[in-house]
Amino acid sequence: MAEIQIKKVAKQFGDYQALHDINLTIADQEFMVLLGASGCGKSTLLRIIAGLETATTGEVWIGGRRVDHLSPKDRGIAMVFQNYAVFPHLTVFENIGFGLRMQKLPNDEVTRRVERTATLMHIEQLLKRYSGELSGGQRQRVAVARALAMEPDVILMDEPLSNLDALLRMEMRAELKGVLADSNTTAIYVTHDQVEAMSMADRISVMHEGKIVQAASPIAVYRDPAAEFVASFIGNPPMNFLNATPAGTGKWAVAGQEFDGPQTGATALQFAIRPEDMQLGDSGLTATARVVEPLGAHLLVTCDLDGNSFRAVLDSDLTVRPGDKLTLAPQPDRVRWFDPETTLAVA
Amino acid sequence: MTDVATNATATASTRKAGHYVYAASVFLLCAWILVPLYFLLINTLSSPEEVNSFPKSFIPAFNLGSLTFFAGFEGMMSALKNSVVVAVMTMVLSIIIGAPAGYALSRFDFRGKELFRLLILLTRAFPLPLLALPLAVLFIQTGLDDTAFGLALVHTTLAIPFAVLITFSLFSGIPVELEEAAWTLGCNRFTAFTKVILPLVLPGITASAIFAFVISWNEVFAAAVLTIENRTLPAFLLQTLGEAPLHLKFAGGFILVVPALIFIFAVRKYLFAMWGIANR
Repeated sequence: MAEIQIKKVAKQFGDYQALHDINLTIADQEFMVLLGASGCGKSTLLRIIAGLETATTGEVWIGGRRVDHLSPKDRGIAMVFQNYAVFPHLTVFENIGFGLRMQKLPNDEVTRRVERTATLMHIEQLLKRYSGELSGGQRQRVAVARALAMEPDVILMDEPLSNLDALLRMEMRAELKGVLADSNTTAIYVTHDQVEAMSMADRISVMHEGKIVQAASPIAVYRDPAAEFVASFIGNPPMNFLNATPAGTGKWAVAGQEFDGPQTGATALQFAIRPEDMQLGDSGLTATARVVEPLGAHLLVTCDLDGNSFRAVLDSDLTVRPGDKLTLAPQPDRVRWFDPETTLAVA
Repeated sequence: MTDVATNATATASTRKAGHYVYAASVFLLCAWILVPLYFLLINTLSSPEEVNSFPKSFIPAFNLGSLTFFAGFEGMMSALKNSVVVAVMTMVLSIIIGAPAGYALSRFDFRGKELFRLLILLTRAFPLPLLALPLAVLFIQTGLDDTAFGLALVHTTLAIPFAVLITFSLFSGIPVELEEAAWTLGCNRFTAFTKVILPLVLPGITASAIFAFVISWNEVFAAAVLTIENRTLPAFLLQTLGEAPLHLKFAGGFILVVPALIFIFAVRKYLFAMWGIANR
């Protein structure tokens, strides 16, 4: 039972404010991903939860216990590092059993738990080796096994897959998700890879400039981004934006077309639509195709639309050539609106 | 086509020339170290007449006269013992004091860190002769004069800058994540150090300790000024060999060099580890 509560946590490095008043509750056994570009503060937040960094202000609670004054070893956490941090002077067995030996568990209990987690991570044949004799992927498995063997309340992962090659990353992603789901631990996972975040998370916290912009399920983050930053950060290609001006109550003019929109007194809004939420139609936004990229599963077309760059993901059976005039009809229920002043979503 | 062929030949001949330069450099470097040692050996193992004659033979005569003379020489063995005691003390002290400083320099940020690193080196800038008299006075007042410990203190001062800088680079070479991982796995700062960092830096620490040993072993000035009865080997030889004949000077030099050589040879694995030459 380990719910994590982060209350008004802020961190300052000299003059630099790395984290601003972070409030976040992570439910017991939830898989939470902290997602953001490098330098957004996601690793700092993780390290504050782990106790490797001290928050300037604020509180961290794990399982109903305030832990921000405790050292890492007393917080009931285990951590997996980006560069694996497998101890080079110990065998794989002793690496996995390191934490258990520190707890002074009896030998047979250590052996039992090391063997169980090694089997879980498919490295039972490597137990006698040293880290110098392992590949990157194998070291990663050792690092995860070492964390799992602790049977922690919370497992913290700092970009654990980013040093692996693409294929291995995809494989480990699925495996890690399965193993963690079975282990009944609360997990916090830091990454800058949105695919990793989308595929693994129960909930994603999108971070930007030391703040959590949105914390929601992957599909909510994707479909209903809370701010322009989320909309442009998540999704590949990202969401399209166009300027909108008022055209009567609940009506907005976008590139010469009228759309139903929110009823606000704002003098300008941003109209946003995902590239895949449009079809070729008889009426809609008129665009000129500039670059056509056949990607197999679909066709990515970059167009000029009213002076803006605008992307559409279309059916790969279509024949589109650069210079073609396209009429793109947005799916009405997928259109989103943002306030250009606050950059926040407008309902 | 011809161009390519000429280029290829040119590259090959450049590579060959490079090879010769490399071999010549290695040869010169070895000769620079080994030739004096060899002459020292020959002259030590020659009779007094041979030492003073010319030309010299390149094969030692295995005349053990000079060495036997030294073995039986009054005070020789106690000087050797003093040297070892002082050198070992210096070794231990400089690591005990230097390694934590190196660790702090590599792991913590504090005000004046760069200045501190500079100041450490600056301790070597003070000429020992300048310090000798006040030191001698202070040592006499505190009762440290003519003791192995007193001399070891001075030698430690000389060895510490190297101990700090060598251990600083050793600790900097160990990823912080290893330590952090140990903390999350149930270690505090101290146990993380003893269980993870220490085993990893031990070879390098040993190398730095050897360095301290050699510094103390070779130091003669402070030893000559600060000790009278309990002289170390270099100070003892300096005192007794000043007026001695040439063959005994050679033998004295040999006695001075050999223990250091044996010691370094015994721990060479760690020395190489420090310099990044894979030897395991």
